[in-house]
Amino acid sequence: MIGIRQPGTTAIALWLSFILICSVIISRTSFSTDLSAFLPKTPTAAQQLLMDQIKDGLASRLILVGIEGENAATRAQLSKLTAQRLRPDTAFVSVNNGEPIYTENDQAFLFNNRYLLSPAVNAERFSVNGLHHAINESIELLASPAGMLIKSILTRDPTGEMIQLLDEFNNDRQPELAEGVWASKDEQRMLMLIQTKALGSDTSAQQQAMLSIQSAFDAATQDIQKSTNSTLNTQLVMTGPSVFSVNARNTIQKQVFRLSIISILAIATLLLLVYRSFSALLLGFLPVLSGALAGVAAVSLTFGMVHGITLGFGTALIGEAVDYSIYLFVQSESGKANYQSWVKRFWPTIRLGVLTSVCGFASLLFSGFPGLAQLGLYAISGLITAAIITRFVLPHLLPSTFRIHDISAIGQLLANKVKLAHQLRWPAIVLLAIACTIVFNHRTDLWSNKISSLSPVSQAEIALDTRLRADVAAPDVRYMVVVSGDSRESVLQSSEQASLILNAQIAEGAIASFESPSRYLPSDATQLARQASLPPPTELTIRLAQAVNDLPIQAQRLSPFIDDLTTARKQPLLQADSLKNTSMAMALDALLLQQTDKWSALLPLTAHKDTEIDAAKIRNALVSSNLTNVVFVDMKAESDHLYSGYMQEAITLSLMGLLAIIVLLLFVFKSFTQLLRVITPLAAAVITVTAGLAYLGQPLIILHLVGMLLVVAVGSNYALFFNQSNTSPLTLASMLFANLTTVIGFGILSFSNISILQALGVTVAPGVILALFFSVVFAKRLNA
Amino acid sequence: MFLANVIFNRLFIVGGLALTLPFSSVCQAADWNVEILMQTLAQAKPSHATFIEKKHISLLDQPVESSGELFFTAPNYLEKRTLKPKPESLIVEGDRLLIERGSKTYYFQVQSHPELAVFINSIRNTLAGDLVSLERNFTLHLNGTAEKWMLQLSPTSEKIKAQLQHIRIAGLSNQVRSIEVSQTDGDYSYMTITPSDTRK
Repeated sequence: MIGIRQPGTTAIALWLSFILICSVIISRTSFSTDLSAFLPKTPTAAQQLLMDQIKDGLASRLILVGIEGENAATRAQLSKLTAQRLRPDTAFVSVNNGEPIYTENDQAFLFNNRYLLSPAVNAERFSVNGLHHAINESIELLASPAGMLIKSILTRDPTGEMIQLLDEFNNDRQPELAEGVWASKDEQRMLMLIQTKALGSDTSAQQQAMLSIQSAFDAATQDIQKSTNSTLNTQLVMTGPSVFSVNARNTIQKQVFRLSIISILAIATLLLLVYRSFSALLLGFLPVLSGALAGVAAVSLTFGMVHGITLGFGTALIGEAVDYSIYLFVQSESGKANYQSWVKRFWPTIRLGVLTSVCGFASLLFSGFPGLAQLGLYAISGLITAAIITRFVLPHLLPSTFRIHDISAIGQLLANKVKLAHQLRWPAIVLLAIACTIVFNHRTDLWSNKISSLSPVSQAEIALDTRLRADVAAPDVRYMVVVSGDSRESVLQSSEQASLILNAQIAEGAIASFESPSRYLPSDATQLARQASLPPPTELTIRLAQAVNDLPIQAQRLSPFIDDLTTARKQPLLQADSLKNTSMAMALDALLLQQTDKWSALLPLTAHKDTEIDAAKIRNALVSSNLTNVVFVDMKAESDHLYSGYMQEAITLSLMGLLAIIVLLLFVFKSFTQLLRVITPLAAAVITVTAGLAYLGQPLIILHLVGMLLVVAVGSNYALFFNQSNTSPLTLASMLFANLTTVIGFGILSFSNISILQALGVTVAPGVILALFFSVVFAKRLNA
Repeated sequence: MFLANVIFNRLFIVGGLALTLPFSSVCQAADWNVEILMQTLAQAKPSHATFIEKKHISLLDQPVESSGELFFTAPNYLEKRTLKPKPESLIVEGDRLLIERGSKTYYFQVQSHPELAVFINSIRNTLAGDLVSLERNFTLHLNGTAEKWMLQLSPTSEKIKAQLQHIRIAGLSNQVRSIEVSQTDGDYSYMTITPSDTRK
């Protein structure tokens, strides 16, 4: 600051403080790797539910465990020992492996609260007639094979409320038992169902839970090995949405890091070969680094967090951002003297190239999906920063002796080739025609219609999940009724009303069964009504005597019943806590959700075996009942809807981006011919890439579309350069290297096994090569 | 015990291979005992029978009577189809117990209900001639002859003894003809079984 003020000092100072600010912002940034980046940010009510389910629903908190290897007895022992170790761990709400650890608590809970829980309890049931009817039923049941189950409780429960409850609660088929624990049908795998306390979206806690399960299993294995003095060959497998999230996070983290390193090394090697100068290499990376920092900081400020996928995408952008410094170094030929002329000759073209890229990416900013919007913002701020740093800061940093290796020979060689490029015009047109035909033929199956195509979950993981899910006979919940309200009591009451309608649907055969939280925890209103319907002891004694008059049982024998009913009339109402230590607590937890001051109840429907639920019928029944706050949700339709909405939006946005680029170019050139010259090679490249992907049978997902946008954005630089009246040999060389770095950056992504990064890679890498090719071939003939 | 099992298994296998051999001749050849009875029962084909059951329950002033049909397919399919006084059926297959009553169906896992498991398995294992499984829960006493026998099963575990005193199964050669269940509280039931097919 003191002394001689060198030109560029301000620029450098501004740049350094900018870097500092960005670094501070980034140091406070939270990075997320869950799948939420690809869920909409302004969802419909039904989509919100779907997302809540994906992120935090019961399913997202369930870890399905399989134990394989050795013999059944060993597997069962492992299952029991592992469960034993996990049960005291407060990180787990329940650890279920089929051992009857809850049976006693469950039965005690049901029996002690039968008059509050049983839907059969009403005033009519405790009238003389009602009692007569119910007791007669019980006596008949006593004579039946099921009799042995009720004999011990008959004197306390002659109206059979316990049977009513078992009837309500015992509908679901459980997994098979082998050696006392859950097992797959072929008994080759023991099964456990573990519910974590942490939410599914808390990936770190989920990872910790997985580690605890693994170490409990390892410890159990060692215990057995020690006691039997042998080596066990057993495996633990885990699956479930949270397992997917944890694995996805690890994959994303590992890959983003590895891909970035490989990409930087490969590009650095290339540039070192070209420049033959370390300082040039380091200086060349400055704009890239600045751009990356700016990108992350901008995303962090705007979105409050940065998604791991955005960083992965940043890897690829290294290859594009480094282009600007390549143009500067190569095109300005020899050091500082020529930098002014570079600004004059090339900067306008590069600036236009940056602007077209920005136009393309700007459209993504409007995406309703945070992942895409982040991607757009990252690209825009990164590219603008890299270009500005190259233009205004980098020249001041170049030492006066700065020189890169003379590559005019390569440039000359290229120039000679380019002169002949017009000979390829017809073959190029033929290629394009073939590509058009392929695209046309695949027009119906071009796009992938599965939301899973976006998921970083591998096929092997999905296969394991399907297998274990079939083993535990877990039904896929497709339809559910969702009740929302502002208190627990209000959603429970609405659930009870909805249950009445659903019971009618069961009677009509429309559905096989349904679940409801009000089954486990009736609303206070219902519990009070049930209590009120229980007659006082004196009245009950009189009625009972009349009721059993012609039945083969003496009223005196039923005095325990009178005692129990008297207690029930005054017993405190059930609260959520009352279910503690029963297996029903888990069910209630799954079906009754609280989000700050909003409550919702889920009533999943089960279809009759091998039949589909008539969604319209159920929906109509619910609608015609005029229940407010009750919606019928088809999870699959919503999920499909979500994806197709996503796809539609991405297509619209991409077309808008394209339109913005066209308008920009038209504004600059003020000539349709010029515009066509630039657009044609880009369109040709996009069509050819699409054809290639379709031909190879890769269904297109949104990230392919984003990739095409990138092809247009990057390729526009080439087209613009070739559109200049004279393309010097050095310009040609710079474009070749710029192209190569881009191809490296994206090419490396195509080896990723995260589907969305791979999609980007396989589109952009060949796309930019083709863009360069078509730009050369379709360029005005040079000095012909 | 181990030796007995080996012999039992071997006989079982030999019997299985020598289906053409008249069965009674094998019985006569050896001293008649539980193993041989079990082996005889194990040879029985899928069976179909009718039953009449009287349950004496102290709670009730009079015994309750029911009747219906029994189906058994070795080793573990047992169906008790009550026709009177109310249609109802109980089906045990492997570990699954299914009770159908009116329009309602109840599923149970046999292993999850120990008291039920002992009762069901005692009958099922007897019908299947599965001595090993029977001896896991009961002490066996056999009386009578190969033609007319009575097998008494007394539970060994204290927990089961609290509920079940004994089960007496009586039969004529390879047919089970009656099952008597005496509970510890004095209640008992007696089931008379009449085979309804003569296939052998």
